[in-house]
Amino acid sequence: MTGRIAKKRGEWINRDKPLTFEYEGQVVNGYEGDTISSALWAAGIRVLGRSFKYHRARGLLSFANHDVNALMTDGEDTNIRADVWPVSQGMALSAVNTDGGVVKDRNKYIDKLSPFLPVGFYYKTFYKPKSLFPFWEDKIRKAAGLGKVNFNYPRILKPKRYAHCDVLIVGAGASGLSAAVAAAKQGLNVILVDENKQAGGSLTYDFAGDQTTADTLNNLLDEVTSNANIRLITGAYAGGYYTDHLVPIVGVDGITKVRAKTVIVASGVFEQPPVFRYNDLPGVMLGSATQRLINRYAVKPFQKGVVVTANDHGYRTALDMAAVGIEVVAVIDMRRDGAKRDLAEKVTEKGIAVHKGSCIYEVVPASNKMAVKEVVVCHYNEDTAEADPRSAVRLSCDGVAMSAGWAPAAALLYQAGTKMRFDYDVQQFVPDQLPEGVFAAGKVNGVFDLKARLLDGQRAAVEASNYLGNASELITVTNPEMASPSHPYPIVNHPKGKNFVDFDEDIQVKDFINAAKEGFDNIELMKRFTTVGMGPSQGKHSNMNAIRILARIRQLPVEKIGTTTARPFFHPTPIGHLGGRSFHPHRYTAMHQWHVDNGGVMMEAGVWMRPAYYVPAGSHLSASDAVQEEAMAVRQSVGMIDGSTLGKIEVFGQDAAAFLERFYTGKFAGQKVGGSRIAMLLDEAGVMVDDGVAVRMAEDKFYVSTNSSNAATVYREMQRNIQLWGMQVTLVNLTGAMAAMTVAGPASRSVVETLIDIDVSAQGLPDGAYKEGQVAGIDARVMRVSFVSDLAFEIHVPYKAGMHVWQALMAAGKQVGIRAFGTDAQRLLRLEMGHHLVSHDTDGLTNPFEAHSESLVAMDKDFFIGQRSLKIIEKKPLNKKLVTFVLDNGFTGELPKECNLVIENGDIKGRVTSISHSNYLNRIIGFAFVSPEQSKSGSRFQVRTDSGAMVPATVTQAPFFHLLESKGA
Amino acid sequence: MSEFTYGGEYRDMPDPDTCTDKEWAAYVHYRNGAPGLKKEWWYHGPSGTWFIAERDTMTDKISRTYIAGQEEAK
Repeated sequence: MTGRIAKKRGEWINRDKPLTFEYEGQVVNGYEGDTISSALWAAGIRVLGRSFKYHRARGLLSFANHDVNALMTDGEDTNIRADVWPVSQGMALSAVNTDGGVVKDRNKYIDKLSPFLPVGFYYKTFYKPKSLFPFWEDKIRKAAGLGKVNFNYPRILKPKRYAHCDVLIVGAGASGLSAAVAAAKQGLNVILVDENKQAGGSLTYDFAGDQTTADTLNNLLDEVTSNANIRLITGAYAGGYYTDHLVPIVGVDGITKVRAKTVIVASGVFEQPPVFRYNDLPGVMLGSATQRLINRYAVKPFQKGVVVTANDHGYRTALDMAAVGIEVVAVIDMRRDGAKRDLAEKVTEKGIAVHKGSCIYEVVPASNKMAVKEVVVCHYNEDTAEADPRSAVRLSCDGVAMSAGWAPAAALLYQAGTKMRFDYDVQQFVPDQLPEGVFAAGKVNGVFDLKARLLDGQRAAVEASNYLGNASELITVTNPEMASPSHPYPIVNHPKGKNFVDFDEDIQVKDFINAAKEGFDNIELMKRFTTVGMGPSQGKHSNMNAIRILARIRQLPVEKIGTTTARPFFHPTPIGHLGGRSFHPHRYTAMHQWHVDNGGVMMEAGVWMRPAYYVPAGSHLSASDAVQEEAMAVRQSVGMIDGSTLGKIEVFGQDAAAFLERFYTGKFAGQKVGGSRIAMLLDEAGVMVDDGVAVRMAEDKFYVSTNSSNAATVYREMQRNIQLWGMQVTLVNLTGAMAAMTVAGPASRSVVETLIDIDVSAQGLPDGAYKEGQVAGIDARVMRVSFVSDLAFEIHVPYKAGMHVWQALMAAGKQVGIRAFGTDAQRLLRLEMGHHLVSHDTDGLTNPFEAHSESLVAMDKDFFIGQRSLKIIEKKPLNKKLVTFVLDNGFTGELPKECNLVIENGDIKGRVTSISHSNYLNRIIGFAFVSPEQSKSGSRFQVRTDSGAMVPATVTQAPFFHLLESKGA
Repeated sequence: MSEFTYGGEYRDMPDPDTCTDKEWAAYVHYRNGAPGLKKEWWYHGPSGTWFIAERDTMTDKISRTYIAGQEEAK
């Protein structure tokens, strides 16, 4: 292992646990604790991936959990983030986005074409001629995207966890740790989360050659781990910020949804690259990346390097490199005045040359274009961002560390609605106005000095505590005088380009200039046209430079350009983490098991499971044959359906009748006890919402049914209007408490009679009448109904007795061939009867006048919901009418479908809402909306089928049974 | 959040007997979408309670809740 250095204090690898794995067919050694990237780098492997657009060789850049040029696949998972994912024994990896291996990648030729592929190329090139677009679309789609989706991916259920706390602290660096300790001291319950495997942030790597901060870290960690009020979660990131401080914490095995009373964002900063030609070669990386390699993983980033810097951090990086024996050729400082004296002296004492007012004009690649050979150093003009090539000096090296500044890791703050301002002292956007209960601390807050950061964490903790009702003394933090941590414009122009701003998307400086020339000079437009910040790292290393470049193009101050908001999730998150558990609770009726045992094909009907039809064991009925047989049984003998899903509401109290009169369209005040009436509900616009039946059980008590799908909403609306109207009415929702079944057909009475203790003869229980009695020994509510058949009995019994009564009726009907029928047969039967289904045959605009329901509307009442609107509608001509129709006798062509249009002279007049073949009638019948002129019985109209054929239909009276007689005639 | 169901903005119904068609149509169909303080119907499922919440739709802050018709009692 060429790149591994001697054991270091605090290193994250376990040298007692060596392991091996494969990368692109090559066996690589690593240690437990290594990430894929650190192990590969230690093994001297420099090409970790190919860039998205130009397929350029890429190595490490940030090594800060967002190096999206180093994505791996193990054949099962794709886009494994190499800088995050731990190595394990025997894993076999290869880079994504290559054709024929990461080194030989056949697509690298695209890099040569790059001068011909300016931003907007795809937008502008392939849309003409239109006929060729499908060809190009196919090619582009194949080239687009990273990784291959594995369609055989196993289904892995991830736990969904919830947590609550007083304070959620995002980021366990110096300020986050300090905030956690301070908050816990205030008695607050703290969750502290950090995306890295170990807490500490920059305290774990930014040493500037000596490791004194390690003591600070150990003391803080001791306090954190020994405090029962603090729960420290590492290796998991805060994925986003949602309303009321809901923050999903994304870990390896799933998401924990944390509902916090307050949130302290101490997420730190992202290091930003300076921009110069070939700043993307493997071996060129950020200063903090070299520090993390050295101090966390004991890996040398390179043997002989230069540091290019535009802040003091480059000097600290140089000292960290020198401390482990890396030959540092020079520190190249883009600033005219260089670093503060003591820091510069420390560096020069190590024998490192410092070039002030200089830049890297370009990196010279090795012959294979996959490594650094030397750098060209020139004088740099900070005002014009121009290098002076006449002053060029070549320095031989195999790596470059870059430090130019930082951008706040403020995604959560933006998502929470924080207003940011640009702070010129630190050249960084910092929080200006924070939302309630959200606080920021540390570098993300523009505080860089270590002592100040520790204090800033305490300040935020006290503010959070006071927000929660405590009254502690506030802490003031003053930033000590220091050089700006970020450079205002760390860009080096180069006539040949390849000075990359966005490494996700291969965007160069000139791309921004071109975008602005095209008129896309607003940050949001520029983002979309250039795609800057739209790669998987969401601009973590690129947005700030993009803003600076755009500001310079437009000659505006940076804060006038504004920023874009990175949306959740903060890091690429496996889709399986977000997947649900298919947890859809269903309600079963009391007779559910009978349906299942007897071949019921169960379908979802709202929250319920209902049999659509039955295919009894041993039979080989097709669905449509099953439906027709069930319907035929009802017409010729008797059938029974489980109607338990109907909404069933008891309405009682002194205002019960008056309430129903206001709620429904019909009259109920004069309704006889023991009688039933249709209860049709409209909305305020006069649109039909529901129809059910209201039975008067007593003067002050009604039993109201609703459509199955409306049970919950009708009940809710009743509750609301009782409150609004201030009426003396009480509701009891019996929907789940009562089982219901309808016995229908000419033989139904004979079946019911054998089990019931009351008179259900035509005189004893006429159509529409209601009685209470006992069925099979169970107290039952019995109603004569005629929805599916002229003769039918609806029987309601307590849920627990549902199965008993159902089975008793089935047994009683056996002799006459009783059949259970499902919802499909019910639809056909009601169609034969000419009953429309609200919200199936009607839509969100249908009023009663259009659906032949005038007789149900008592316009002479004082008030009912929708009445005032109907008074307006009444005055206007109708524009459609719902009719029953029949297709010509013997029709054999293409059957029209529901929603096929009714067309006349090329104009749309309406549409088919229900259509079905009826074996009993031997005809095709249905409902359709037609124009009012076409609505008279006997009118002909045309339906256009899917294939365009025109099918004639005739408006006819319902019920349809007269068709049987005319057939004979 | 499925514990609560939104029931639309609370609007005072004009007298259906005296208002014009236009006024009625405006009541039925028009909603003011501009963000700001709104009176809203909300339904608490477990207890079956409708109540009014005064909510600023800009900040999602609820300033007051009460049963309709009982705001004075608060």
